[in-house]
Amino acid sequence: MPEGVRQQGEAGVRLLSQYVLRLARKRWLVRAMRKRRELQPVVDRTNLISRDGILLFSTLRNEKIRLPFFLRYYRDLGVNHFLFVDNGSDDGGREYLAQQPDVSVWTTSASYKRSRFGADWLNWLQRKYGHGHWTLVVDADEFFVYPFCDTRPLRALTDWLDASSIKSFSAMLLDMYPKGPFDAQPYREGQDPLEIANWFDSGNYVMSRNRKFGNLWIQGGPRMRMFFTDAPERAPALNKVPLVKWHRSYAYVSSTHSLLPRGLNQVYDEWGGEKASGVLLHAKFLDTFGTKAAEEMARRQHYANSHEYRAYNQVIGTEPDLWCKWSEKYINWRQLEILGLMSKGNWA
Amino acid sequence: MKSGSLGFVMLCHTALDRAAQVARHWAERDCPVVIHVDKRVGRKSYAKLVKQLENLKNVRFSRRHACEWGTWALVAATQDASEVMLAEFPGVRHVYLASGACLPLRPVDELIQYLNARPRTDFIESVTTEDVGWTVGGLDLERFTLRFPFSWRKQRRLFDWYVRVQRRVGFHRKVPAGVVPHLGSQWWCLTRQTLSVILENPDRDEIDRYFRRVWIPDESYFQTLVRQVSPNVESRSLTLSKFDFQGKPHIFYDDHLQILRRSDCFVARKIWPHADKLYRNFLTDNASAQAAEPNPGKIDRLFSKAVERRTKGRAGLYMQSRYPNENWENGRTAAPYAVFEGFTDVFENFEVWLSKTTGTRVHGHLFAPERVEFAGREAVYNGALSDSAALRDYNPKGFLTSLLWNTRGERQCLQFGPGDNQALAGFMAGDPNAQISVISGAWAVPLFHSNRNFGDIRREAAQLQKIEAEFLSLLRSPWSKARVRVWTLAEFVENPMEPLQTVVDEISPRSMRRLTEVPRLTDLTGFGQFLQNLRNQGMQPVLMGEFPVNDDLRGNPPRRGRPYLVN
Repeated sequence: MPEGVRQQGEAGVRLLSQYVLRLARKRWLVRAMRKRRELQPVVDRTNLISRDGILLFSTLRNEKIRLPFFLRYYRDLGVNHFLFVDNGSDDGGREYLAQQPDVSVWTTSASYKRSRFGADWLNWLQRKYGHGHWTLVVDADEFFVYPFCDTRPLRALTDWLDASSIKSFSAMLLDMYPKGPFDAQPYREGQDPLEIANWFDSGNYVMSRNRKFGNLWIQGGPRMRMFFTDAPERAPALNKVPLVKWHRSYAYVSSTHSLLPRGLNQVYDEWGGEKASGVLLHAKFLDTFGTKAAEEMARRQHYANSHEYRAYNQVIGTEPDLWCKWSEKYINWRQLEILGLMSKGNWA
Repeated sequence: MKSGSLGFVMLCHTALDRAAQVARHWAERDCPVVIHVDKRVGRKSYAKLVKQLENLKNVRFSRRHACEWGTWALVAATQDASEVMLAEFPGVRHVYLASGACLPLRPVDELIQYLNARPRTDFIESVTTEDVGWTVGGLDLERFTLRFPFSWRKQRRLFDWYVRVQRRVGFHRKVPAGVVPHLGSQWWCLTRQTLSVILENPDRDEIDRYFRRVWIPDESYFQTLVRQVSPNVESRSLTLSKFDFQGKPHIFYDDHLQILRRSDCFVARKIWPHADKLYRNFLTDNASAQAAEPNPGKIDRLFSKAVERRTKGRAGLYMQSRYPNENWENGRTAAPYAVFEGFTDVFENFEVWLSKTTGTRVHGHLFAPERVEFAGREAVYNGALSDSAALRDYNPKGFLTSLLWNTRGERQCLQFGPGDNQALAGFMAGDPNAQISVISGAWAVPLFHSNRNFGDIRREAAQLQKIEAEFLSLLRSPWSKARVRVWTLAEFVENPMEPLQTVVDEISPRSMRRLTEVPRLTDLTGFGQFLQNLRNQGMQPVLMGEFPVNDDLRGNPPRRGRPYLVN
C-alpha cells in the first residue's frame, strides 16, 4: 500500500475510534442520568460545598465498622465534603453517615452490578456536584497515599496539579494484609486498619497497555500470587485514577480503573520519565473479610460473576495467610516511592 | 545607610492575604512598598487588600494592568510601580522587584546591610541568548526576532504554527540599534540610578514599542537594557526561584523549612499560600546563624533531581506512572545480570560453584516450563514473586524486569536454554545489561545421559537445535546490545578454564584472581559416538562443533580455545 494511503487509513481509524469512544462516553453519561432515579437522598448538605472544595465520592454497603476511621483519615487529608451512595446497608451505617456535618448521603436498593458496580451512580453525582472540583473516588477500605502526604495536605497536591495543568492523578491499588490468618486480630471500630493489615507485596506487579482506553492495566500482588495462578488474566485490576479535576463531560468507564475522555488515563510517562503518582492502600483483608466474602458470594453482585470471591472462598476455607517471608511491612510513602510503587515525579 | 533606602515593588495576582502579610512585614521595617495588583483580580479582593494595608504610611498601589503570562503587561506594571517608588520615596536607593508569592528568608536588616556594602551594584540575572539553556519552548534569540500574536497558553497550536511559518519564510524583526538581547530571571534588585536611566530614557517609547512584541518581555526588558546603562551588573538574582522542566516555578512547602533556612538566600519564591509554618517562621526579625552569602546549592540539587526523576526516571522501573515505549526505557532493566546457556549441562555443580566463586545470586532456569527455578528453589522470591510458571508466562517481561528491580544491588545470574520459554530471548539480546554466555549444543549432553528411546531423543534434539539456533541468530543480529560470548561445546570442553575465567572476571571484576576451584565436568565418554548416532538417524547436529567419534578430544594437544566476542 502506498505510504500516503496507509497514513490516511490510519488517520481514518484514529478518527473512527475517537468517535466510538465519544459515543461510549455519551452512553455512560446518559446511563448515569437514567440511573439517578434509583438514588433517594437521605441527607443532602451539598449546599455546604464551597467553590474550591475537595470532594470525596464513595459507594458502600454495610461498612459501618470502617466509617469512623475512614472519615477521620480523609478529613485529616483535607477532604471538604463527602458524597456517599449507600447500597442498602442494614448495619446502621447510613444513619451514622447522615449525622456527620460534612456528609451527603443517597441510598438505593437497586442492583450494584447493574449500576456497573456503582460507577453509574457516582458518575451522576459527580456530574451534578463535582464539576470544577477535585474529586476523589475511593471505597471504604481504600486509603489514599501521595507524595509528601505526611507533611502536605491534599490541597497542596491539587494546587500543584492545577499549576502543572494535570487533570488526573493515578494511585495504584496496593493490597494490604496481616501476618497470619485474617481473623487473628479482630478489627475494632475507629481503629486504623493498617495497624492490622500492614504488609504488602513490594514487587510482583505486571502491566500492559489497554489500547482502547489508553490506560495501563496493572495486576499482581498477593491476590494474583495466591488465588489466580490458574487464571492470571482474571486477576483483579489494580490500576486506578481516583483523583480527577472533574468536568461534567467526564465519565468513569469501569470502577475507577479508567475513564473517558481517554486523555485522562494518560497518567504514565511513555518516554522514560516518571509522572507523579500515589497509592491506594487497600485494607480489605481484615477479620471482616470472611463474612463479607460469603455475603457477596450469595449476592453475586461483584465483577466477573464474583470469580474473585469464589476464589477466595475456596482458599479461605483453609486458613489463608497472604503473608510470606518476602512480604514488606508498611512504613510510609517514602518507602513506597523507593520501592517504585509510586513516584514523586517532578514534585519536590 | 539611611532608613527607607530599600523599597519593594510587589506584583500580586493571587493569595492577596499572604501578599498583604509580607508587604506589612517590609513596610513596618521601614521599607516602602509599591503594590501592583493584576487587573483581573476582582474589585472586592482588591478593596480588601487596600483596607488591610491602609494604616501603613509607606505603602502605595500602582496603576493596574491585566497581566497575562508572557505578555508586555507585566513589564508595564513593573515600570509604573517603579516610577511610583522613585517619585514618592526619594530616600530609596535600591528597588527590589518581588511577587506576592515571595517570602523573605532573612531579616530585612541583613539584606539592607548587604546592599549597603554594595551601594552601586545592580543585582539582575542577565545572560546573552547564546548562553541560556533554560528557555521554554526552545526559543531564545527568536523571542526577539519573531512575532508572537498568539497566546502560548491558550492558543498553543497557532503559536507553534506561526513560529514555524516565520522560520520557514525567514522572517526577522529588526532589533533596535544598541539592543543586545539578554535574558534572565524577572526578579531583580536595581539601584535608583540604573532604574531611573532606563525609565527616563528619551528613546523609551521606541524601545517599549519594540519590546511590546517580544515574547516574555519580563524576562528580557530590564535584563537587556541594564547592560546599556549600568557599569556594575552582578548577574544573579537575590530571589531564590527555581523552574521545573515546563518552565513553571517550583513551589515551597512547610517541609522545606530547614533547607530554605540553610540556603541563606534573602527572598524565596514561590511559596505555597497555605504554608503556615514557613510564613510563621520567616516573617520575624531573628537573625540568621551567620551572615553568609546566599548559597542555594542544596535547593538546586533537590530540584534538579526532581526534574531528572520526571524526565529520565529510574532505569528498569515499570510502574503505574512510568511505562516507557520500547527503546525509550533509559535502561530496559535495573541492573546488569548474567545469563548462562549450557553450563549446567556441562558441569554437574555449576550453580553452587558460580555462587561461591562470584558471591552473586545464582538462579536455575528461571524460564523452565514447570516452575521458576529461583535460587534455593524458593517458592516465593524477592518482592514476593511467585514461582508459578503460569504467572511468569502471563507477562515474562514484567517478571524479569520485576526480579531485577527487586534485587537491585545484588548481581543476578540465571540459567537459560532451548528447553525454556523463549519469549524473552529478544528482550535479553537487546539489553545492554545482559551478559550472555552460551555453550552451543550443550543441550545434547542431558539427552546423551538420558534413558530414552533414541527416536524421541532424535526428535527432541532436532527441536532444541532449532530453538538454540534461533537464539544464536538473535544474539548475532545487528541490534543485539547484550555482551555475548559463544563457544561450541567442542571448543569449550577442550579448554574450559579460560572461558570460565573470562566470565567470572566480568561478573566480579574485583576478585581478579585465578580460579582455584573448578566445577566438575560431566562425563562425556561416548558422546562423539552419540552424535554420530544422531547423524546416522538423519539428524545433523551442528551447534556443538567438531567432536571426533572416538572420544580422543581431550587427548589432543590443547588448542587455544579463544572465546569469540559477538558484541
